Amino acid sequence: MPTLIKADAGGFVTVEDTFTVLEDDAPDPGGDVIVSLARFLSGDGDLAAGRSGRLGVRLAPEDDVEALEGRLEGVSTVAVEFPKFRDGRGFTAARLLRTRLGFRGEVRAVGDVLRDQAGFMVRCGFDAFIPADGAGPAEWAEAAGRHRHVYQRAADGRAPAFAERQGG
Amino acid sequence: MYRYDAVDRAVLADRTAEFRDQVRRRLAGELTEDQFKPLRLMNGLYLQLHAYMLRVAVPYGSLSPVQMRGLADIARRFDRGYGHFTTRTNIQFNWIRLAEAPDILDALAAVDLHAIQTSGNCIRNVTADPYAGAAADELEDPRVWCEAIRQWSSLHPEFSFLPRKFKIAVTASPHDRTAARVHDIGLLLRRGRDGGTGFEVIVGGGMGRTPHVGPTIRSYLPAERLFSYLEAILRVYNRHGRRDNIYKARIKILVSALGAEAFAREVEAEWEKIGTEGDVPAAEIERIRAAFTNPDFLADPSTGDFEARRAAEPAFARFVRNNLKAHVRPGYGIVDISLKGIGETPGDISADQMDVVADLAERFGQGDIRATHEQNLVLPHVRLEHVHEVWKALDAAGLATPNINLISDIIACPGLDYCALANARAICVAQDIARRFEAPEKAEAIGELKIKISGCINACGHHHVGHIGILGVDKKGEEFYQLTLGGSGAEDAAVGKILGPALPIDRVTDAVDAIVGAYLRERRDGERFLDTLRRTGDAPFKEAVYADAH
Repeated sequence: MPTLIKADAGGFVTVEDTFTVLEDDAPDPGGDVIVSLARFLSGDGDLAAGRSGRLGVRLAPEDDVEALEGRLEGVSTVAVEFPKFRDGRGFTAARLLRTRLGFRGEVRAVGDVLRDQAGFMVRCGFDAFIPADGAGPAEWAEAAGRHRHVYQRAADGRAPAFAERQGG
Repeated sequence: MYRYDAVDRAVLADRTAEFRDQVRRRLAGELTEDQFKPLRLMNGLYLQLHAYMLRVAVPYGSLSPVQMRGLADIARRFDRGYGHFTTRTNIQFNWIRLAEAPDILDALAAVDLHAIQTSGNCIRNVTADPYAGAAADELEDPRVWCEAIRQWSSLHPEFSFLPRKFKIAVTASPHDRTAARVHDIGLLLRRGRDGGTGFEVIVGGGMGRTPHVGPTIRSYLPAERLFSYLEAILRVYNRHGRRDNIYKARIKILVSALGAEAFAREVEAEWEKIGTEGDVPAAEIERIRAAFTNPDFLADPSTGDFEARRAAEPAFARFVRNNLKAHVRPGYGIVDISLKGIGETPGDISADQMDVVADLAERFGQGDIRATHEQNLVLPHVRLEHVHEVWKALDAAGLATPNINLISDIIACPGLDYCALANARAICVAQDIARRFEAPEKAEAIGELKIKISGCINACGHHHVGHIGILGVDKKGEEFYQLTLGGSGAEDAAVGKILGPALPIDRVTDAVDAIVGAYLRERRDGERFLDTLRRTGDAPFKEAVYADAH
């Protein structure tokens, strides 16, 4: 089974990824599945509450994250796609999931995900990663923890420099 | 001036360590050039025609003498003894070895400098009025907001992978010395009806292939709401800006596709949702403001022998006429240092010259040095009684060319001499024009005339906003130059209009001469070149340049 790097108690660990990514026309095989936003929003009967496995939604860069507003109950994971690592729309999607939609489940980064973006991703609220560059949890932790200070508020609750300065 | 505190230094140290590790991975073969490219670009490291180039940020164009000496040191140790100030008020070193790049970044960090976000699709160095804190016509010091923007935009977790690069300008004077209307965002500081401070917000200006003068999307934004508003603009852009075509990815394309009003509505709706959570607290703004309150000014308005020298020495008088500007305080002046010596490369400065500027700033200029987007330097606070001594020292170092805003004060990009993107040379064109108008009487008689030269359509030389713009194009392997007239990067911002067919390189200076000749014939009392052109239209100029061709 493929693996996933998960944030865990301030560090990162490798866990088994139990989710299967379902194409829009594929039948629900049961178990943990991730479906597209369109399929999720279509109210596909197969995916009704009460199915035994967990449910995830994947967001393509052009998807409107706010379409999930009020519909996230019962969703275990949102997989934000980075078709190219240069495509930064996923950072906004994750941040809004956390801060505007109040999503508390897993937000995973999938696609062209590189350790050099780990810090930004964690700050935007991602807590699970499928790196494309072979990075393991140790590399991920090193990359994500590089910066002792940050200048802005984001989705991670870290105190920005201006708050640290006022705190003395 | 703002000084880094322990937090700022730690951010820089951590970022430098990160880049050192990335270079190590590249040199060890763990990263391919394709994977490394965006990482090095995040740190201002370009691969040019002949070598790596490192672009060092000069945040809002402000440098201390210690920093200037640090740059001189790098020029000597790691480059060929000089550096090049750019139209982004940054400095470039053109002859860098990759393996030494981390050491250079360490040397920069030792003087609180860096190359963070000097390239890549992120928020770049903010442009400020180079006369900030000194200009007689300023409402208040825009550097306070520039420094706050510097911090807010540094390593921004959400906005470091935008569709394209992003540039912000801030000015607080009615006379715009930042080219705010051709930035992605231009912030013009305004006084509110209630006496408060705010900004007129311009979005979607730009140059490149599709030049736009940016529209105003909000006429007054209370200053304390600046950062939530910037977040809203950047978020709308990050989500909706085009990513399918690099030439259509700047925010100007989004703004013009939606229309300024529809774009503004999107921003306002997003802003509403963000609320004050997105703002920087007043206490932090006040902390920054305190760093810019200059306690060292003398109340003494005396000017020593300034007037006597000026009356007695014509060369000094010429320097004063062209390179000295009015300061907000009596007894002080703003000294412009031209990096446009006749026959020199615009923006280039040797390590020894950097040291001279650093010394003068220390002795006579309150330790304050500015870089301008027109590729010159400024000593913003010089007592008039010291201007003569400053001038003598600049002159001895080849830095006293009295040509600010005159025809030989030319902006030029590095062009085909360095740049992998260029179609044609720009530097030698600038040099040739400057030589033609070398006689200072002649240049002064012509008056304000801004020539800007780009070696390709990316427009790093700002040709679109040149009073005379010159764009290098490639025609079947030969360098040709297209002339535009009537551009302006100032408060009357405008994009220049193409005059006629492109010219071969050996006809460019003659064409400029012909344009100048037509202006001198046509102008009425007190008219600048731009005024005459706007009155007459381009017919007399077209005739002057292309008459032979008929």
